[in-house]
Amino acid sequence: MSVPKKIEVTDLRTSYGAKEVHHGISFHIEPNEIFAIIGPAQSGKTTLLRAINRTFEFTVGSRMSGTIKVDGEDVKRVKSVYDLRRKIGMVAPLPVGLPLTIYENVAFAPRSSGINDRKFLDAHVEKCLRQSALWDEVKDRLDSLGTKLSGGQQQRLTIARALSHQPEILCLDEFSIAIDPVTTMRIEDVLKELKKEMTIILVTNLVQQARRLAARTMFLWNGEIIELDTNEVMFSDQAKDKRTRDYVNGIFG
Amino acid sequence: MNAPDTIAPGANPFAETGNIRRKIRNERIAQSIFALMVVCILIPLALILGYLVYQGHSLISWEFLTTNPIGGMRKGGIWSALLGTLWLVGVSLAVAAPIGVFAAVYINEYARDNWFTRIVNLAVVNLAGVPSIVHALFGLGAFVLAAGIGRSILAASLTLAVMTLPVIIASTKEALASVPMQFREACWNVGATRWQTIWRVVLPNSISGILTGVILQVSRAAGETAPIMFTGAVFYRRIAEGDLFAYNITDQCMALSMHLFTVSTQVTGAPEALPYAVALVLLGCVLLVNATAISFRVWLRSHKKW
Repeated sequence: MSVPKKIEVTDLRTSYGAKEVHHGISFHIEPNEIFAIIGPAQSGKTTLLRAINRTFEFTVGSRMSGTIKVDGEDVKRVKSVYDLRRKIGMVAPLPVGLPLTIYENVAFAPRSSGINDRKFLDAHVEKCLRQSALWDEVKDRLDSLGTKLSGGQQQRLTIARALSHQPEILCLDEFSIAIDPVTTMRIEDVLKELKKEMTIILVTNLVQQARRLAARTMFLWNGEIIELDTNEVMFSDQAKDKRTRDYVNGIFG
Repeated sequence: MNAPDTIAPGANPFAETGNIRRKIRNERIAQSIFALMVVCILIPLALILGYLVYQGHSLISWEFLTTNPIGGMRKGGIWSALLGTLWLVGVSLAVAAPIGVFAAVYINEYARDNWFTRIVNLAVVNLAGVPSIVHALFGLGAFVLAAGIGRSILAASLTLAVMTLPVIIASTKEALASVPMQFREACWNVGATRWQTIWRVVLPNSISGILTGVILQVSRAAGETAPIMFTGAVFYRRIAEGDLFAYNITDQCMALSMHLFTVSTQVTGAPEALPYAVALVLLGCVLLVNATAISFRVWLRSHKKW
């Protein structure tokens, strides 16, 4: 055995009712890599993330077969699903500021794990807000409502919240669609830093973002892996599949 | 009437056409109809309240509220009936509100969508439509006779609670369902349990809707006559004046709604203003409860700024 895989997906099939989303996909993600998933809408990117942290099962009529292993442990057999979810930071495409104060938005996850030490929380909230490039804008109004922030700020708040439970895996689902380019670049810099501490799964519609950040990129289309390779291959003429070359070059999709 | 497809040279292209005039007319008609309906509900409301005040105000006094009826209910006050109603409503609320709200939380937040949940939902909706006299019979059979509680405040309150439960459940479910799903998912994503999600995010955001549902049922319970007539209310009873705990939970009691029925149909020679005064007090109680609830909600909002 070489280095243990962070995430290992084997023959994953998922479906909502009669509609199958993934038609049996297998891949793995290495520890501390930025792994990008690109692909057009309806290709199963979000569902894949939801299957990994098992929020997929909240949807009525959802079914899944195959295995997903996180740190070698089958997610369907983990002792505590809450620990699994705590291990995985999730950032949704549209920002969800909880109707709590900015401080409590970030302190929510530690509090949910039973941490109430005010000193620790203060430092922790500041650290997470700094990491998500939001601290300078909100440090004077931590007690105002998170939902009152602008869209881009709320998205960074969501990222801060995803970091607040010290995840080992950070899943970003099209995080940049509500943020301006400058802030996006700041967060991308943060991600490069975070890579040292955690594994990052980056679902993105911006092909160039995948190219900038990721080590490897997976092209998912209609629930199947068209191609998965290192970025040097994916974003060059060496890409094996014509659809991959067309997609990354903006000819379709 | 249609606007011409081509515009004559020199004509104002933005001139009012028949279509635009019709659109404005329709808008006016729609607005007038809706406004008229508001007037339609305000008129009876104002008439009822005005008539009650006009007829009944002469009898209302502190003494009227705090003394027992005397002289075959022709004289004296309504103390025993007023206190009876407060007890009935209070006890039934203490039973129905927690059970109803917690049950609704389970149905909306925990239960999976399967045939059983659907049957429960259907049952709740149908129970809400059962006439109060049927609940009265159920209360008589279940609480007074089968459970052996006997005719008492407890039996009557339980009957009222059973009657109000379905509506409390339905309105609470409605309030919970109005909290956006993304909030819950955001909480689950960070590893919060369902209970943590409910307590920290779902309940704070739906409390005002839940309260509204509960309060409406308080008003309904205060006004019902049939269920308590069968299970614990009596025509006449003297109790210690000025003592809020003059009733015991196993006592039978008087109630405002029933007292109103008695003084207007069963007692001859009572002052003409008496039924109106009783009705006015009953209405006042309900309004007082509503006002308390509304101010509580305002207070909640100002403190949490949802």
